Amino acid sequence: MPKQSKTLNLNFGPQHPAAHGVLRLILELDGEVVEKADPHIGLLHRGTEKLIEHKTYSQAVPYFDRLDYVAPMNQEHAFALAIEKILKIEVPIRAQYIRVLFCEIGRILSHILNITTQALDVGALTPSLWGFEERETLMTFYERVSGSRLHANYFRAGGVHKDLPRGLDNDIAEFIKKFPKIIDDLETLLTDNRIFKQRNVDIGIVTKQDALDYSFSGVMLRGSNVAWDLRKSQPYDCYEQMEFNIPVGTNGDCYDRYLCRIEEMKESIKIIDQCLKNMPKGPVKTMDGKISPPPKKVLKESMEALIHHFKLFTEGYRVDKDEIYTAVEAPKGEFGVYLISDGSSKPYKCKIRAPGFSHLQAMDYLIKGHMLADVPAVLGSLDIVFGEIDR
Amino acid sequence: MLTLQDLEKKINSELTTKINSSKISHSQIYINIDAEDVVDVILFLKNNEKTKFKQLIDITAVDYPQNEKRFKLVYLFLSHEYNSRLILECFINEDEVVNSITRIYPAANWMEREVFDMYGIKFKNHPDLRRILTDYGFEGYPLRKDFPLTGHNEVRYSEDDKKVIYEPVKLEQNYRNFDYDSPWEGTKYINKNTKDK
Repeated sequence: MPKQSKTLNLNFGPQHPAAHGVLRLILELDGEVVEKADPHIGLLHRGTEKLIEHKTYSQAVPYFDRLDYVAPMNQEHAFALAIEKILKIEVPIRAQYIRVLFCEIGRILSHILNITTQALDVGALTPSLWGFEERETLMTFYERVSGSRLHANYFRAGGVHKDLPRGLDNDIAEFIKKFPKIIDDLETLLTDNRIFKQRNVDIGIVTKQDALDYSFSGVMLRGSNVAWDLRKSQPYDCYEQMEFNIPVGTNGDCYDRYLCRIEEMKESIKIIDQCLKNMPKGPVKTMDGKISPPPKKVLKESMEALIHHFKLFTEGYRVDKDEIYTAVEAPKGEFGVYLISDGSSKPYKCKIRAPGFSHLQAMDYLIKGHMLADVPAVLGSLDIVFGEIDR
Repeated sequence: MLTLQDLEKKINSELTTKINSSKISHSQIYINIDAEDVVDVILFLKNNEKTKFKQLIDITAVDYPQNEKRFKLVYLFLSHEYNSRLILECFINEDEVVNSITRIYPAANWMEREVFDMYGIKFKNHPDLRRILTDYGFEGYPLRKDFPLTGHNEVRYSEDDKKVIYEPVKLEQNYRNFDYDSPWEGTKYINKNTKDK
């Protein structure tokens, strides 16, 4: 009797801890080998873009925290830059330094989460316990500056909401002195770990050409040996003055991407250090009363300031008719905002370009021919967060 | 290396009649073309030695209900080699079908699905044009300007039926959309009169 073979359909998620959120993945298996993967997304779709069309520019900022909720401020940055470019606002130097400082904190937040959960997916529990402790410390920095651990709502068009509270810069400086040791500890657990390497080396290889064709960005692109980082190639705010390197991988597999993230955290520390050392004194948001609210003190004395304040928080500021695409190097890749303004105080259209969207799209290409057990490893190295993919 | 101005000239001279208009703003090139030329123009932009827009960043659409050609389809490109960005636009009718570019950029697959899901624009030769972000069995196109912010249906778990059921949206209070076009700036007819003088 001839052997009969039949493919098996497997439903992975939408509630599976290794799916990194609400991903439903329909896998076609031949034995243990994956033949096809069809990700179903949108289970966390909240209609962010539609909501933003109905809110004023300043009311739209908090929605950006809720996209990639692992590194909230990096998203706000893209939106703030888009408005600033249309309105041609000069951002004070101190505000630029603060924004870069917190973007790099966001990068570390995101990379710790990714590295440790990727390790969790392939069977190592300890890194996540160690990593989350550090994330907590970093989130207290977020809290001290914005009042909120996660959804900061801190960046504004024209600067940031408030100056750093007293003593915060010293505490951050102290943290980055200790942090390299923690990265080293994580590395001793993972980098040469036999099991971690077996699960990640030569898994999910992306060639240079495919990385470009599938619109990969960030670590997914750099892991495949493309030295492309928007912080270097199209610098925004004060990244031009920062000295840092761009780590690239050579094989484009999951392990290289892990190494890239580790190295990027070390570079982030360098940037934070430079920010703290070189940060000048001065205002933290543009002094233009039409854009940013006047200080409380002036509010009590000046009629005009009161009017500006009232108008800003009811009507909001108006943005000239224009269209623009602005991108920042978020921890996960190129995060962009395509903004169309029509001269009113609400955006006419705001398309959010999430890096994870194109990364997850390539899932079928990445996993084809791999074993079922490699699915979480590849998913983990994609660094997906459903807040930004589903929007 | 070509400057943006040279690049714009180069694209204009190579594609001459296919380009309706082009401009440079915010150090990006904006090009407007006709919908039937989408594939030709994009092939050129991707493969020409002087342009090399190897990466498709995103595809999206914009709804202008008052226009005769209702939608503006927007393609965003990035060239790593020349470090330049290009925004390609074309206006299309509500029922117009556009050629898919999934064969040129595999990444266009989900992006076109999203545009289809959100605006109802159909793409010819797309391998798998399904809805992507909205619910299974969803009706309507949410990002169109005539789609209400609150949507049409809401879901809840029904204790009687022991399952999640769909019901028309019931709001305790109507959605309030304040018009802040402020009296300080004067009403439209006053503005107009003062400008005429």
